[in-house]
Amino acid sequence: MSEKVLMKGNEAIAEAAIMAGCRHYFGYPITPQTEIAAYMAKRMPQIGGCFLQAESEIAAINMVYGVSSAGYRVMTSSSSPGIALKSEGLSYLAGADLPALVVNVQRGGPGLGGIQPSQSDYFQATKAGGHGDFRMIVLAPASVQEMANLTLCGFALADQYRMTAMILADGTMGQMMEPVSFEQPPLQEVEKPWAVRGTENMRPHNIINSLYLVPEELERKNVERFARYAEIEKKEARCEEYHVEDADIIVVGFGIAARVAKSAVDAARAQGIRVGLIRPITLWPFPKEALYRAATHAKRFISVELSMGQMVEDISLAIHCKAPVDLCFRTGGMIPSPEQVLNSITDAKTKIDTERTPC
Amino acid sequence: MIVFEKPKVLTDKPLHYCPGCTHGIVHRLVAQAIEELSIEGKTIGVVPVGCSVMAYDYFKTDMVEASHGRAPAVATGLRRALPDRVIFTYQGDGDLASIGTAETVHAAARNENITVIFINNAIYGMTGGQMAPTSLPGQVTQTSPYGRDVKQCGYPVKICEMLAQLEGPAYLERVAVNNVKHVLAAKKAIRHAFENQLAGKGFSLIEVLSSCPTNWGMTPEKALDWIEEKMIPYYPLGVFKDRDKEAVQ
Repeated sequence: MSEKVLMKGNEAIAEAAIMAGCRHYFGYPITPQTEIAAYMAKRMPQIGGCFLQAESEIAAINMVYGVSSAGYRVMTSSSSPGIALKSEGLSYLAGADLPALVVNVQRGGPGLGGIQPSQSDYFQATKAGGHGDFRMIVLAPASVQEMANLTLCGFALADQYRMTAMILADGTMGQMMEPVSFEQPPLQEVEKPWAVRGTENMRPHNIINSLYLVPEELERKNVERFARYAEIEKKEARCEEYHVEDADIIVVGFGIAARVAKSAVDAARAQGIRVGLIRPITLWPFPKEALYRAATHAKRFISVELSMGQMVEDISLAIHCKAPVDLCFRTGGMIPSPEQVLNSITDAKTKIDTERTPC
Repeated sequence: MIVFEKPKVLTDKPLHYCPGCTHGIVHRLVAQAIEELSIEGKTIGVVPVGCSVMAYDYFKTDMVEASHGRAPAVATGLRRALPDRVIFTYQGDGDLASIGTAETVHAAARNENITVIFINNAIYGMTGGQMAPTSLPGQVTQTSPYGRDVKQCGYPVKICEMLAQLEGPAYLERVAVNNVKHVLAAKKAIRHAFENQLAGKGFSLIEVLSSCPTNWGMTPEKALDWIEEKMIPYYPLGVFKDRDKEAVQ
């Protein structure tokens, strides 16, 4: 299937998961990600896989926990309120060092919010996926092709580091159709000697567990896990850089916001403004080095987000507050227009030209 | 001559349970069933949050520790991933009949081919004796200090009776472990629940009326009497659903 096919982003995730060797999917209906479940319901029986509509988001993530315990690739998908319900399970997966792929096709919040696209689960995904000391790898696709590619990548990273990888998409990415091609990746079989598949009376029993009542032991476990996280921060941060080299202004955005921002950057360049775009592909680990590098010449940053401004803090931290970070946002299911971003860019240019603003 | 031995399926780790607690008996019955059916090497146990949270250390089978109430969902994942393995859950009343009610009901409705061992001791033991979904009307606990008032907090949940209304489950039986006769019947029921799974019959749940002398504030002996005098009249023993029998009728 290397020729291009026209597909919805949600369907591209589902097909890529199957290519990645995922044969178990558990989910619960919620807009705007239900196409993933519908696709899996159709495809899994055809290939001897398992699609099961769970009784709740909570049950779905715990079914994921069961399959992952057995050492198989497994996924669930949902949208914002449903991901909140999964957060207990995400914490247990982290505590038991179990790999899984979880997809969040975000909608507006808080509460029941709306069903239109949003990026307001940034904090939830990158900082507060559940209780306790843990992280998730968070991948932010900006095209249907990337929905497929990052799904493949997510499964590999989850297995490699024994943790959850989350695809943080939004309603636009899930619903829009674009040509996509699928490259069957070489299936890397990761050894999982920890998996529970029955001892066959050949080895001591394996235990999948996140309970450590001795505080020294729990501390050691967490410190070990964070050593792994440090390695991920060093090796796995990814971003796209566009016209960054000479830029006075850096626009930062991910997902649909980055696509809008790119048009605005082109329009601003046409007006002679030296502006570039950094598009984080991994939100955790955050591409700090690329941003810090850009801050050696850029005088102002603009965070473009479909939220009240959640990534803006990470940008300030990444650039060590060397430059001000403006926020260009729409929220509640609204998407910034290229004109809005262009206005933010021209405003930033004016400020650079007229004032010296300390951070 | 050895007349009685600890089942080989149990590890040598000393049990952490209180004196007089019947978890030890039920662990033995589960281990005996696994040993008698020679399925130790292909069994995976799922344990709950509650007093038996550390049961993963006591069985030599592969074990998974689930979050509170979610053992049937975790077992569902294992079941789907490992079709030829034996999967059991071991859960208390707070876990199975309160926080995990939805997971219990839907695993039963789907007739997941798993074996569920349900310890009903009418109290939350691990947290120090709070009112359980199965605490009896009038029962005094830390969170029902004046006795369970059914006007204020409703009636106990009868799991076997409730699940028996569903088309799904294959086998539902309530047993007790307060005397030798009942323990022998419980052993038979637990073994049967594993045999059902091996035969692919589906969801089997054995509810075991158990004692909690510590949190009931009784001697172990008095606690066994309390099962007989108070619990069994409210929770009658017997088979509540047996699809094999239904098919015959």
